Amino acid sequence: MSESKNDQLDLWEVFIQESDNSPHQHAGSIRAADAETAIQNARDVFARRGKTKNMWVVKSEHIIATKPEDIPSFFDQASDKVYRHPQFYKHTLDDELWKKP
Amino acid sequence: MNEKTFEYLLRLADDRLILGHRLSELCAHAPILEEDIALANIGLDCIGQAKFLYEVAAELEGKNRTPDDIVYFREAIAYKNLLLVEQPNGDFAQTIVRQFLYDSFGILLFDKLQNSSFVPLAGIAQKAVKEIRYHYRHSSQWLLRLGDGTEESHQRTQEALNNLWKFTDEIFLSDETENLLTEEGIAVRSSSLKEEWLKIVTELITKATLSIPESGVKVYKGGREGKHSEHLGHLLAEMQIVARSYPEIQW
Amino acid sequence: MIEKSENIASLEEQFNQRIANGETIEPNDWMPEKYRKQLVRLISQHAHSEIIGMLPEGNWITRAPSLRRKLALLAKVQDEAGHGHYLYSSAETLGTSREEMFDQLHEGKAKYSSIFNYPTLSWADMGMIGWLVDGAAIINQTTMAKCSYGPYSRALIRICKEENFHKKQGMEIIATLIASGEKGKAMVQESFTRFWWPTLMMFGPHDSNSPNSADMMKWKIKLKSNDELRQRFIDMTVDQALAWELRIPDDKLKFNETTRSWETGEIDWEEFNAVINGSGPCNHERLEARRNAHDNGKWVRDAARAFEEKQRLKNKSAA
Repeated sequence: MSESKNDQLDLWEVFIQESDNSPHQHAGSIRAADAETAIQNARDVFARRGKTKNMWVVKSEHIIATKPEDIPSFFDQASDKVYRHPQFYKHTLDDELWKKP
Repeated sequence: MNEKTFEYLLRLADDRLILGHRLSELCAHAPILEEDIALANIGLDCIGQAKFLYEVAAELEGKNRTPDDIVYFREAIAYKNLLLVEQPNGDFAQTIVRQFLYDSFGILLFDKLQNSSFVPLAGIAQKAVKEIRYHYRHSSQWLLRLGDGTEESHQRTQEALNNLWKFTDEIFLSDETENLLTEEGIAVRSSSLKEEWLKIVTELITKATLSIPESGVKVYKGGREGKHSEHLGHLLAEMQIVARSYPEIQW
Repeated sequence: MIEKSENIASLEEQFNQRIANGETIEPNDWMPEKYRKQLVRLISQHAHSEIIGMLPEGNWITRAPSLRRKLALLAKVQDEAGHGHYLYSSAETLGTSREEMFDQLHEGKAKYSSIFNYPTLSWADMGMIGWLVDGAAIINQTTMAKCSYGPYSRALIRICKEENFHKKQGMEIIATLIASGEKGKAMVQESFTRFWWPTLMMFGPHDSNSPNSADMMKWKIKLKSNDELRQRFIDMTVDQALAWELRIPDDKLKFNETTRSWETGEIDWEEFNAVINGSGPCNHERLEARRNAHDNGKWVRDAARAFEEKQRLKNKSAA
């Protein structure tokens, strides 16, 4: 029965959106055999206090994450590409051009 | 009329309280940790709804009784809940089947009670129906899984159904109180819900690869008149022991 | 081989440096095996304590003397299930499954807070657990919320918020009982007398007898010593008890004017060791209740998996 060696249900990650326009954020994980039970369990575990607008559950095994050794090649590159940062355009904002109708 | 409305509110409240109490007995004993949390949620909703109903009932009665007086200092024969909800938890199949048989009725009932001419009841029903819809989702989904799961789960669930089905006739017996209040627009005649209820549960039970037991026995009734199974007395003895042992203490 | 151990040494050095810099460690980061092991031990003990801790309070849900108390207690025990849940999840990020942790618990190989091996004998115990036991847990956990392991720290932050509400609930139960007269007060005193010493034991052995302390301090998975936390609890709680005019069951209790601290008599360590090692008043019952819930639930979990499997095959053949 699936790949669970012993008596264990599948692991699911839960993402909660607290209000319109706010992003879904990781709330935690739960165990369940299928999607319907997963979303019910997620509701009972994570949404019994506070506001919840929408919820996602996804099987943990479907999440692909970066590894610690990926950090240099994945994330350090942006530092020398100033045009990717809003500060790069600061001068243009103060520019005369900006003020014209 | 107030007396009859009080009686009707008691029935609704007792159903919710006793079912909620049964669920609360399971806390820390569920088959999966996630399910401990789910069953407690449902129990909390049930007892919460009961509390609101008792509050309205107590006020209507006008005898200075509090909801706690009504709950903790009333004999089993004065309780008006259905026999179904007082049945013991048994195994998880029995708990789920009991819940499913009630929830499928509760949805229909509280949906209609939203239009009650008795405004406080309509207000409670509006909140309750949302909660019961979720309870139904929980119990019906489990019914499918247990019925169409393994051979063992199928067998246990069919047994639970065989055991509890006989208590469903009582749900739809309408007496004079209910009929009168229905004419006033306060209550809902439960007998009018039977057809739709039967359609819903038949569909689900069939989908769960289970079969509806033979009906025909009509002796399992009396809850609305205070004639209960032996189980209720024990449940109340436990529930009331502390409150009754120290009537002078404020909790 | 030599190369490998040198490599590990340098990784460990980097790791220690990260901890010293106050960085948090995340699941996929490199960590010394001993750090991982200590954390799994610590977090699973904490998770087990939450789950076992549901039992002594669950014992009174059905007898709660008012609807308000019944709702609050049920919600509280439910929160504990939630806490256990967060904690098992955070321990699982270290590569040990919930199932393995359950097995260890059920086989009597795992430890959990000694306090839950004591029985709950009166309604006042529900107040006492909130005030003393949750109070002690809060002191422990707010400290641990600053620990070096990210998932545990985040779980604790969430838990601490709810524990504060539990403690208030407990203190309200006690205050109400005391205010209601002689009988209520007597019920509180009896319960307090039973719970006082076991609560002090919750903080664990003296630092001199705590074998893992040094490493755990270095790695910031322990931030204050057992005795330090215990003292903080004593100073806070003695004042509260005196305000309620409760008798503290300790002849040696005295206020030290120099340290501005309460000094207590010695804890009965023989009792502590017995309870921790499985011979407390309720060890057997607690484990049996958990084992039964788990064993009786097996067919349900099997059914859930079998149903999912059937649906998947059905969808596959339909596609």
